[in-house]
Amino acid sequence: MAELNSGGDSGKGGKVRSKKANPSVDLTAMVDLAFLLITFFILTTTLSKPQSMNLAMPDEPKIGDPTPPETPAWRTLTIVLGSDGKLVWYSGGLDNPVDGPTVSTYGKAGIRDLIINKKKLVDARNKAGGRDLEKEGITVIIKPSEKSNYKNFVDILDEMAITGIKKYATVDMTDADVKLLESNNIYQ
Amino acid sequence: MAKIKMSKKSTRVDMTAMCDVAFLLLSFFVMTSTAKLPEPMEIETPASTVQTKLPESNLATLTVGNGKVFFGVSGRDVRSETLKRMGDKYSVQFSDKDIAKFALIDNFGVDIRSMKQLIDMKNDQRMKEGTQPGIPYDSVNNQLADWVKISREVTKEMDQKDLDIAIKGDAKEEYPTVKKVLDILQKQKKNNFFLVTGLRSEDF
Repeated sequence: MAELNSGGDSGKGGKVRSKKANPSVDLTAMVDLAFLLITFFILTTTLSKPQSMNLAMPDEPKIGDPTPPETPAWRTLTIVLGSDGKLVWYSGGLDNPVDGPTVSTYGKAGIRDLIINKKKLVDARNKAGGRDLEKEGITVIIKPSEKSNYKNFVDILDEMAITGIKKYATVDMTDADVKLLESNNIYQ
Repeated sequence: MAKIKMSKKSTRVDMTAMCDVAFLLLSFFVMTSTAKLPEPMEIETPASTVQTKLPESNLATLTVGNGKVFFGVSGRDVRSETLKRMGDKYSVQFSDKDIAKFALIDNFGVDIRSMKQLIDMKNDQRMKEGTQPGIPYDSVNNQLADWVKISREVTKEMDQKDLDIAIKGDAKEEYPTVKKVLDILQKQKKNNFFLVTGLRSEDF
């Protein structure tokens, strides 16, 4: 039957020679596996906790009353959020605006420069009048319409954070604002 | 003619270093990862530049999307106590087993009366999209307000802290839905909350 060949057939006294094994192991398969697992973990992991932004709203009774009467018109900026990623801004009251109303968009190409410029303007005028810049700075009134979405709302709050506006409030729409949006075709 | 002799090089590359790096990275990812929790509703949050981290504990999350609202609160003991009191309020009886099972559910969106069916469901069935219709939050049947209110009361009694509230809204959600949720919170004098957002640079 089967016989074990002990390798002593060479006829030279049966000296056993251990074969010198190659000390390097083939790591290719191991690396393959490691990278596969890495890919799996990268894809399934949520790397860090989600970011968030803080939103403070005024107390309930204050909601619904429009611009507080003691704020002069030149110091307010109203932003009405419409549909299609568009918005309308105006300074002061809508019936007698200091500036605007003008249609604009979100972001760097849109409303940001305007907010920065308005802020500078108000600050300069406050400085000239010797008033407190913090307390009597520009007030931004945000009016999200029913046709705007949550992203628009976050975008405009983000804009407040970027431009460093300290005083801003979210206020309900009025009928006049709806008409304004409708006349600009951004209330669909 | 001179014969150019190409030196025969071994085609084998030493993989040791590569293997080391791969495993280093692998162990890093294994350690830092927290498995993504399955959610009953897929939400795509809008992005913002503000980088405030969400608190990890003592937090209630309101998920808003497609006109539905889901509710979840961190802390299992707060969860079970809240369910008990909600059951009392709406006169739905929950057994101890139900409550223990409910404590493991992170996020839900059903009427309190069909909560029992939800608890009895298997995990994957519960997470299927469309299984949960959202918590009622209209003025006639405002269960969402009760959930928020009771969970805040429970947190106050247990930890003497005010419960933080995070709103996780879908980017495409219409504003009126969000407004309704904000109004519910404001009615309870909860004027400060977190909006969950993704991250972006200022150049948008």
